[in-house]
Amino acid sequence: MSAITSGISQTPEGAERELENQRDAARGEPPYTPAPSADSRLAASLKDAAMTAAVVAVLTVFFFAFRTDIAVGGLNLTFRWPLWLSWVAIAFAGRFLISYFLFRAPERAVAGVSKSTSVRPAKRFSAGKIFGIVMLLAALALPFILNTLLPSHNRYLLDLAILILTYVMLGWGLNIVVGLAGLLDLGYVAFYAVGAYSFALLAQNFELGFWVCLPMAGFFAAMWGIVLGFPVLRLRGDYLAIVTLAFGEIIRVVLLNWTDFTGGPNGLLGIPKPTLFGLEFKSGAGSFAEATGIPYSPIQRFIFLYYIILALALLTNFITLRLRKLPIGRAWEALREDEIACRSLGINTTNVKLSAFATGAMFGGFAGSFFATRQGFISPESFTFIESAIILAIVVLGGLGSQVGVVIASVVMIGGIELLRNLGFLHALGFDPTEYRMLIFGLAMIAIMVWKPRGLVSSRSPSAIYKEKKKIGADLVAQGEGH
Amino acid sequence: MEYFLQQLINGITLGSIYGLIAIGYTMVYGIIGMINFAHGEIFMIGSFIALTAFLALAALGITFLPLVLLIILIVAMVFTALWGWSIERVAYRPLRGSFRLAPLITAIGMSIFLQNFVQVTQGARVKPLPPQVTGGITLIDQGGTVVQISYMQLIIIATTTVLMIGFSFLISRTSLGRQQRACEQDQKMASLLGVNVDRTISLTFVMGACLAAVAGLMYLLYYGVIDFYIGFLAGVKAFTAAVLGGIGSLPGAMLGGLAIGLIETFWSGYFSVEYKDVAAFSILVIVLIFMPSGLLGRPEVEKV
Repeated sequence: MSAITSGISQTPEGAERELENQRDAARGEPPYTPAPSADSRLAASLKDAAMTAAVVAVLTVFFFAFRTDIAVGGLNLTFRWPLWLSWVAIAFAGRFLISYFLFRAPERAVAGVSKSTSVRPAKRFSAGKIFGIVMLLAALALPFILNTLLPSHNRYLLDLAILILTYVMLGWGLNIVVGLAGLLDLGYVAFYAVGAYSFALLAQNFELGFWVCLPMAGFFAAMWGIVLGFPVLRLRGDYLAIVTLAFGEIIRVVLLNWTDFTGGPNGLLGIPKPTLFGLEFKSGAGSFAEATGIPYSPIQRFIFLYYIILALALLTNFITLRLRKLPIGRAWEALREDEIACRSLGINTTNVKLSAFATGAMFGGFAGSFFATRQGFISPESFTFIESAIILAIVVLGGLGSQVGVVIASVVMIGGIELLRNLGFLHALGFDPTEYRMLIFGLAMIAIMVWKPRGLVSSRSPSAIYKEKKKIGADLVAQGEGH
Repeated sequence: MEYFLQQLINGITLGSIYGLIAIGYTMVYGIIGMINFAHGEIFMIGSFIALTAFLALAALGITFLPLVLLIILIVAMVFTALWGWSIERVAYRPLRGSFRLAPLITAIGMSIFLQNFVQVTQGARVKPLPPQVTGGITLIDQGGTVVQISYMQLIIIATTTVLMIGFSFLISRTSLGRQQRACEQDQKMASLLGVNVDRTISLTFVMGACLAAVAGLMYLLYYGVIDFYIGFLAGVKAFTAAVLGGIGSLPGAMLGGLAIGLIETFWSGYFSVEYKDVAAFSILVIVLIFMPSGLLGRPEVEKV
């Protein structure tokens, strides 16, 4: 079959078939295509499904069929054969449907691969640019859109938007380290924690407000980035990954155990809310409502928080985009592509790596102090490894180095998972989505990665161009190689 | 001195468990160059399978302890091996030849999935198991200070030693081991020379999972309490051990495991329990700063 589509045959049978096709064409007959017989496909699909069901049966027998629970005098074993059998049946049916109806045309996959690497000239206003502008306008107008369309869910949805934007900002910050400089950082949450704790401690011990602490939190996080970055500069790839992970854990364990200073597992309470030029969002004297004459409503505080995080995120994006045009940004990308070439050209790789670490950490610190002021309460629980993993997943799933990709991935992963919590009809079916939230999150990570290994946005526009601007496939860019 | 000896014995026991898990990391890294983040979860699954099998045997009325231990060891190894094989098949094989971070992300996704799968199906509460192997040998007994090695510790150290010897033999003398080393050096060349690369990689995962299952069983019997979250910390420590020993090197993984186990035990014995993880990770950082390729790893020379 491939001989017909490509016109070049590699095998003797293919060449023969090609000859036959030419003969047929000369006689004006349609070329011969061997139709896969329905019977053989059915049999193959059934065999596939039976294999899958058998594997699932063996894998899950100890988890579905048996359940251990704490009982008086030890552990109690209960049997759940129907549950196990129904899951085996689901696996059989699912696999059968997939192999019978979906995997019909294996050649399509080959055509898809060659297409993705093609080089094509970018239009003046690319789809990505227009999409970005539309998204920006939508983000700016979001509180008003929500207020008009869904006043009843206003507060919840706005809170969700703030959460998503926090992850967008963290994603953009990590993108500098992983996507641009190619340093694989598995402990990004450490800087998030440093930012949050710096703000909370400064606010509690020196009575400082959010706006004074924000730059200081960023500064402290950047300093930590340099301190942590310095020893790991000589490390390569996965060693770097494990050391950053170790640092993330060290910082969390210290926060957890240094009870006098950080409050230990109890965390820190009573972190001040941000103010608008000294005006607080509350009812009474010295408040925003009193100064402007707008009647007080609790939603105002959320709208204000929303605009703060939107501004911070856009600042991150803007600085990243501008830095890419500066020598330092060029050096980051060059370092990602080839470290040896960088050194040969006289780039100081130490400084370049440190600056990437520090810049990424600074944005992590900003996001951390925003997180602290939004929650009003922080504890080491919020800064576990899983947070680092989620942020890294957002960056990679979105397409490393792609700014729009981070936004899409955050909306899909964070927003999608949060919305799952609210699907009421699932509760009616006896299925509690909150329990399965992270389970589905993990599955989604695997599925998206297998489906699109280069991330959701898989084309890049190069920072340095010669004559004509071209879009290039993401597989032509070295990413996260961790030199 | 007695206290030191006792801590040494405890540390070697803990280090053996870490070493068994670390071998899985180091083998997978050696052959396909990826961090199998889900390996800690495989260890956790192994210990859950062992626990359930133990209870199922008790329900069947089989209580002769050596027989029970042997059966659950085999059951845990076989079933966990299938988990290892399936994970490779589903999450890593489709991404072979893709860029380096893609399998890392699926591995993290797999790790999150497995943790939550076990939590949902078996409940979030801890599962205690009363000690099955009790008693021990008293080595030193001088007026109050006793140095004792329990039978369980003996079993763990002996099993680990036997497995390590068997494993070294497998890698250095059998044709499977030769194929694995060939794939480690050059996958394309190995496949040209008739090595079934896919099969070899699958078997590497299977072997790693078997060792993790043994570690899971030992952990269950030694500590007597497991939950769905044990895989994360054990996995991170074992990976630390693999990196410390020089990733890709089997003796290195064992040495690193012992080092991490000893550091952790001595730190908790002499300083503070709270900061034992910090101590283990700090030693890792310090070693890597001065020996960037680990204790026994070969320095990788990057050429243009």
